[in-house]
Amino acid sequence: MSGADLPLWAAVLIAALVVIGSTLTLIGALGLLSLRSFYDRLHAPALGASWGTGAVILASMALFSLQGGTLQLHEIIIGVFVMVTTPVATMILGRAALTRDVADGLIAAPGSEPGSETGGDQSPPA
Amino acid sequence: MKRFLPHPVLSLALVLMWLLLTRFSLGQLLLGGAVALVAGRALATIEPEGPRIRLGALWRVVPLTAVVFADILKSNLLVARRILRGARAPSGFVRVPLRLRGPMPLAVLALILTATPGSAWMSWDEEKGELLVHVLELDGTDWPALIRDRYEAPLLEIFA
Amino acid sequence: MSALILTAALSYAQIALALAVCLATARLLRGKRAQDRVLALDAAYVATMLLLLVTAMRMGSGLFFEAAMIMAGIGFVSSLALAKFLLRGEVIE
Repeated sequence: MSGADLPLWAAVLIAALVVIGSTLTLIGALGLLSLRSFYDRLHAPALGASWGTGAVILASMALFSLQGGTLQLHEIIIGVFVMVTTPVATMILGRAALTRDVADGLIAAPGSEPGSETGGDQSPPA
Repeated sequence: MKRFLPHPVLSLALVLMWLLLTRFSLGQLLLGGAVALVAGRALATIEPEGPRIRLGALWRVVPLTAVVFADILKSNLLVARRILRGARAPSGFVRVPLRLRGPMPLAVLALILTATPGSAWMSWDEEKGELLVHVLELDGTDWPALIRDRYEAPLLEIFA
Repeated sequence: MSALILTAALSYAQIALALAVCLATARLLRGKRAQDRVLALDAAYVATMLLLLVTAMRMGSGLFFEAAMIMAGIGFVSSLALAKFLLRGEVIE
C-alpha cells in the first residue's frame, strides 16, 4: 500500500481528484445505459474521456511525483492520447450511425429539421 | 529550414513524448531528436503541405486552450446532471455555417466540439461549408453564434 | 491518516470504475444496434484503462503504466476500425 508518508493536504487533494474522476466515469457509463436515443448516448462516454481521465491522470502524477521525490509526468501522454483519440472515434461512430439510420429510413435527411429528436431505440435490431 | 524540418510541431511533440517516456538526459534528447526528424520527413513524403500557422497569432492558442478546458468542465457538470436528474431540454441537431476551411483547422474544431460532452460533431458539408452538430441540451443557447465566437474566431486567426 | 484517506478514495474509485465497466458491458450486450455496441466497447476500454491506473496508484507500482498505455492504444484502434466498418462496410478501402 502506498501513501503513508504523504502530507495530509496532498492525500486529500489526490483522494478528491480520484473520486471526482471515477465518479464522472461512472456517471458516463450510467448515461450510456439510461439515455434514450443513440445520439444522446453518444455524449455519455465523453465524460469519462475528458475530465474522468484528466482527474485520474492528475492524481496519479501527483501521487507518484510526491512519493518518488522527482517529477513524474509520463501519465500525461495517456491523458493527451485519450482526450484526442476518443473524440475521433466518437465522431466517426456518429457519422456511421447517421449514415446507417438514413439508409434504413429511420430518420429523414441528416438533420434536415434542426432541433428534431431522433429515436434510435425504436429501430429494428441490426 | 523547411526542407530539414517540414513538420516542426509534430517533431517537437515527438521529442517531448520521447523524453517523457524515457528520462530527461542529453543522450535521450539526441536519440529522440533523431527519431522526430526522421518521422517529420517521413510524414512530409505522405503529406507535403503542412498546416499554415500564423506565427503572430500563435499566442491565441493559450486563451483558446483555457476556454476549451473550462467549457469541457462546465459541459461535464451539465451532462452529469442530465444523466442523474433527467432531461430539462430536448436534444437535437444544429446546423452551423462556418467560414473555416482546410482539413487541419476543421479537425481541431471537430476535436474541441466532440471532446466537450454536450456537443458532438456529426458531419461536414464541404460544398455548403455547413457543419452538423448534435447537441445534448438545446436550452435556447444560440449554438451557431457560440461556436463561431468562441472557437471559430480564434482558429481563423491562428491558421492562415 | 493520509494513508487511510488514500485507501478509502482508491477503493471507492476501483469499485466505481469496475461498476462503470459492468454498465458499459450491459449496454454492449443489450445493444439494439451495432453502433451502440461499438460505443459501449469504447467506453469500457477507457474505464478499464482508468481502473489500471487507479490500481497502480493503490499498489504503488509503475508497472501498470505501460499496460494502461497499450490499453488506450488498442482501444482507440479497435473502436476506429469498427466505426469505420460501420460507416463503409469495410475497414480499408
